[in-house]
Amino acid sequence: MLHRPTSHSAAIGPGPVPSLANPGPALEQQPRHAPQAPSCGSEAFCVDPQALSSSHPRQHTQYPYVTGTSVLGITFKDGVLLACDTLGAYGSTKRYKSFDRLRKVNDVCMVGASGELSDFQYIMRLLEELSDDDFCMDDGHHLKPAEVHSYLTRVLYNRRNKMDPLWNSLVVGGFHSGKPFLGTVGMIGTSYTDAHLATGFGNHLARPLMREKHHPDMSEEEAVALMHECLKVCYYRDKNSINKFQLAKVTKDGVSISEPFALETNWGFKLFQNPAANAVGTW
Amino acid sequence: MSGIGTGYDLSTGTFSPDGRVFQTDYAQKAVDNSGTVVGIRCKDGVVLGAEKLIISKMLEQHSNRRTFPADRHAGMAVAGVAADGRSVVSRAMAEANQYKSIYGEAIPGHVLAERLGSFMHLFNLYGGYRPYGVSALLATYGKEGPQLYLVEPSGVTYRYFGTAVGKGRQGAKNEIEKLKLGEMSCREGIQAVAKILHQVHDEEKGFEMELAWVCEESGRHFQRVPQQLADEAEAAAKAALEAEDMDD
Repeated sequence: MLHRPTSHSAAIGPGPVPSLANPGPALEQQPRHAPQAPSCGSEAFCVDPQALSSSHPRQHTQYPYVTGTSVLGITFKDGVLLACDTLGAYGSTKRYKSFDRLRKVNDVCMVGASGELSDFQYIMRLLEELSDDDFCMDDGHHLKPAEVHSYLTRVLYNRRNKMDPLWNSLVVGGFHSGKPFLGTVGMIGTSYTDAHLATGFGNHLARPLMREKHHPDMSEEEAVALMHECLKVCYYRDKNSINKFQLAKVTKDGVSISEPFALETNWGFKLFQNPAANAVGTW
Repeated sequence: MSGIGTGYDLSTGTFSPDGRVFQTDYAQKAVDNSGTVVGIRCKDGVVLGAEKLIISKMLEQHSNRRTFPADRHAGMAVAGVAADGRSVVSRAMAEANQYKSIYGEAIPGHVLAERLGSFMHLFNLYGGYRPYGVSALLATYGKEGPQLYLVEPSGVTYRYFGTAVGKGRQGAKNEIEKLKLGEMSCREGIQAVAKILHQVHDEEKGFEMELAWVCEESGRHFQRVPQQLADEAEAAAKAALEAEDMDD
């Protein structure tokens, strides 16, 4: 992430080292004037500027292709829980069924993503570079959850201002200095923190349950039970989800992400048997 | 224009008639005068150790760092001009970072060593530049297993089972040759390195030891040896040396 040219000081000027010693094109940050061009990464991944200067703006990055559905997060007494399913949906096709949408950032922080999954992979690369950098500095410091949240807000808001948003809703969960942290960032940089959170459909399906049952000093068992209930409700109502979930936990002992598991479901409810009963005349 | 270099030592741009580039040799001398730095490759990792001469009583502990991570799986110990060393390390970080961003995986040891070699070699080619006064021991633990490299001011790169640079290199190398590196774990390795550093240190003034490793125990991450382990190793090394003195 941090680019370290050999001539690192502007005061020294560009040439205190042999020209060949300056990092070559691959190492050098090229100035990229096109608003849609990525702000980092190497030349090879840049879109031909010619394509950008055509009469129509580029639009193929303006829609998500492979997407993940809701991510849920709740705080509890000793930490934070995050949960979501493992589906990467191609439109409404259940295309990739084992995609890890919850990722560890460092020992105190993790991120969950819904929306375009390739954008999420790009975001994770940014975060990995940051934490690799922290590792190399070797001074014991690392990014705190609130800092990761703030950073992601800046990245997503910046990309929206370039009219090339990263198509994600992210949830950041962490535990630092005795306090749980839970925050979210939307694709245009809207961000907030709360004691319980959900992205996408989860806002409508899971949040009401959380509002009803969540309290900040609940135990881990209670929190897991609430999370299972919310996941189940989301799975019942959200057609772009599958019954294969992951549950992640951050506590003072660090980050742990569970193996995928399924929940027991019951489709025998009376209202499920005739779904059109209360929607006369729609089909 | 008479004396040792007789005009051929003014820049790296000129060979001497007998085929030497004196500035490169002098850079090597800058390394040879610095505190000893030792590296050994054990069966489960690599251990690096540096003898840091204490230049002032007022110096804070652990200052004047000599070992640096370059990536999670790779790190270096530098002998010679400390400031030059940091510049080389920051290049190593940039190379590791760039390799990862393009190929998606950690840079293999031989690639990193060779890239650093090419980088340092550049400074031996032009009249206006001086070579780095640094020899860097590079420890990596990737897919290809634990590896130890040495990159010299001239840009040559070697891979070693164990080697030493700096003031006490000759004695240290002799001691390293006596070790059974293939059967040694890194736990034993840090003690061996501590012992060697104490053995070759021959000044009145004290020194501070800096130990770093990349091994199974550290999760294949390059890190400084935890302080407690380092202290234990140093105490054991001192005891072993005293015992040997008693025998003599």
